[in-house]
Amino acid sequence: MSSDQDHLQQTDTEERFDFKKDSEAAYAAEKGLTEETIHAISDDKDEPDWMRERRLRALKQFQAMPMPTDWPGQPDLSEMDINEIVPYIRPDIETRGGVDDWTDLPDDIKDTFDKLGIPEAEKNALSGVGAQYESEVVYQNMLERWEDKGVVFMNMDQAVDEHPELVKEHFMTDCVPPSDNKFAALHGAIWSGGSFVYVPEGVTVDMPVQAYFRMNSEGMGQFEHTLIIAEEGSEVHYIEGCSAPKYSAFNLHSGGVEVYVGEDAHVQYSTVQNWSKNTYNLNTKRALVEQNGRMEWISGSMGSKATMLYPSTVLKGRGASDNHITIAFAGEGQDIDTGAKVYHNAPNTKSTIESKSISKDGGRTNYRGLVHIADGAENSSTAVECDALMFDNESTSDTMPYMEINESKVDVAHEATVGKIGDEDIFYLQTRGLDDDDAKQMIVSGFIEPITEELPIEYAVELNRLVELEMEGSLG
Amino acid sequence: MATLEINNLHAEVAENGERILRGVDLEVNSGEIHALMGPNGSGKSTTAKVIAGHPAYEVTDGEITLHLDDEDLADVDEELEEEHYHWDLLDLEPNERAALGIFLAFQYPAEIEGVTMTNFLRQALNAKLEEREELFEDEDEAEAEKEEDEGYETSPMEGPADDGEIGVAEFQQILSEKMELLDMDESFAQRYLNAGFSGGEKKQNEVLQAAILEPSIAVLDEIDSGLDIDRLNDVAQGIERLRDEQGTGVLQITHYQRILDYVEPDRVHVMLDGEVVMDGDAELAEKLEEKGYDWVREQVYETA
Repeated sequence: MSSDQDHLQQTDTEERFDFKKDSEAAYAAEKGLTEETIHAISDDKDEPDWMRERRLRALKQFQAMPMPTDWPGQPDLSEMDINEIVPYIRPDIETRGGVDDWTDLPDDIKDTFDKLGIPEAEKNALSGVGAQYESEVVYQNMLERWEDKGVVFMNMDQAVDEHPELVKEHFMTDCVPPSDNKFAALHGAIWSGGSFVYVPEGVTVDMPVQAYFRMNSEGMGQFEHTLIIAEEGSEVHYIEGCSAPKYSAFNLHSGGVEVYVGEDAHVQYSTVQNWSKNTYNLNTKRALVEQNGRMEWISGSMGSKATMLYPSTVLKGRGASDNHITIAFAGEGQDIDTGAKVYHNAPNTKSTIESKSISKDGGRTNYRGLVHIADGAENSSTAVECDALMFDNESTSDTMPYMEINESKVDVAHEATVGKIGDEDIFYLQTRGLDDDDAKQMIVSGFIEPITEELPIEYAVELNRLVELEMEGSLG
Repeated sequence: MATLEINNLHAEVAENGERILRGVDLEVNSGEIHALMGPNGSGKSTTAKVIAGHPAYEVTDGEITLHLDDEDLADVDEELEEEHYHWDLLDLEPNERAALGIFLAFQYPAEIEGVTMTNFLRQALNAKLEEREELFEDEDEAEAEKEEDEGYETSPMEGPADDGEIGVAEFQQILSEKMELLDMDESFAQRYLNAGFSGGEKKQNEVLQAAILEPSIAVLDEIDSGLDIDRLNDVAQGIERLRDEQGTGVLQITHYQRILDYVEPDRVHVMLDGEVVMDGDAELAEKLEEKGYDWVREQVYETA
């Protein structure tokens, strides 16, 4: 065992996921959302005018759009008041766009990240780690050999400065325009931080690129933007982890993720989210995939009060493919509404969706998915499988798999199962020596195993531990 | 030597109060093979489940006691008190009973998807060892350990908080040995627990689990049902090995004489209407085969 692992062993796990720091922020926007807020954010970031213009346009769209309330069975968002959520907080850090050396970070921030295990994670051979504390990325690093090949991994704000052409072309234009939905518009107006990943043609980044997000101040929102551009024939695996400590005021997380998958390129986007139980987690994530490109979404949705998250893939080019794997876990008072969307807009495209959800102590999970096969997308195929496991009779699990098939020469498969953890199964394991909790944990870990086996080992382990903690009810 | 002693056991279905057991008496010592026979509905399987602690049954009267001696407790590293030699099983959770050496082979073993045999068995073995420590530990010590445990957890990046006493490599060794002993295919180890197993494989798997967990007393609920003749032979040999190699006492529940041709019982007990109404040696089983349960009924009610 390495010494940093020893260090982690002495860290209390609950504490690692559920602690807050006294924050000394350099600047906090006034509560509420107006043009002045936008100007304040833009001024503070010293942004070019074009980005300021985009923010203002997005704000107008946000103001014009109604709150979504007409989805069947959607989570209740009525208690959320956007005016009560502080949109932008920048931690008190001298360096713009983060520091490169861990030791230069302020002690309290370093301490927070130490608890999350960020530098250790990096030492575990991940190629780069960007950790977002509040809204700015405070720590960035990338192994030199990737930089030499032209791979870019940086704070999104920094990318606006350093790669304006790429950002102008790809930032909330074709993939997730602000007009997509109310929260995408909100995101476009007040986004801050996040990651920019650029992989040049033909380059394979053979280790995962990882970023960690964390919210720490009461009543604040987090609106990080991730833009991944994978040029023709390139390959990259991006991993995002999220966690927020618990607070009484409502937090809002509304991130945006845009992925451009070039011809023959392959992008895997993995996220293990663990928001605190008062966070509204409303995201827009989308990938555009060119000919023979491949997109993979792997999501673990834990925590939050309500989550609405449907990573979507547009298969634009012939032979493009998509793979979605999602796990959702809802405990007491949680409504986790997740799923997947795939648009087959070209012939010979292929998608597979696997969803596993677990609900417990009155929690609700819902799989909401859409597979659209356009007229002319012949020889396309899709397979959707959703399985739900409930702990008790108080918990709910719904499945809403929509299919819009406008082409006849296609192959469509759909399977769904809903089950309750069986008392006989638990008893069987108990007679072998496992106590009641361990028996349930074993059944759940077996239930999600088809998914964890596809994750990189560190993440599979983290996901399993988070599930265990959720089941123990020890996460806030 | 361990002894499982059942006295005047009465039990009903917890949900609807239906009386199933009406005064069962039985005694099984380690190293012995007992057959528990009887017609459908006589309460054989219920007896097995109640011994193991199934929550669907409520015990309304009687006792189940497990007596242990120094040999059974040779692995326990604590100072032993008188109370550590005699356990009232009805006060204990199913996993605590398992830790003390009770094993139940199920008539219909559960299928658990996604959990490999290896992971399951290693975790079960470690859970048993850990629970055993807790059962024999004195209370002050337990308290102190609990405090020590607080604030000590590993990070999610590193795997299970407590990997248990028996590591992966050591367990592989144990598993291979036991599988060889029972003449089982190695591919078993990587399959998911009972998922997609044939009836015979499931039964063989129950015997394997008993071989790994080394119980003092194993209750085998219709281990012979759904077996073809070859598999029956394998399972029967496995049962004999449990007794010969690790001194397990076996309470074998069966409808039929058939398996008893392969595993000769030391004692045979016959159940009828929730009671043990006849006891005898191996010959009793043959007599049953020949004369049927109506004969038992006549004998019992005539003499009654």
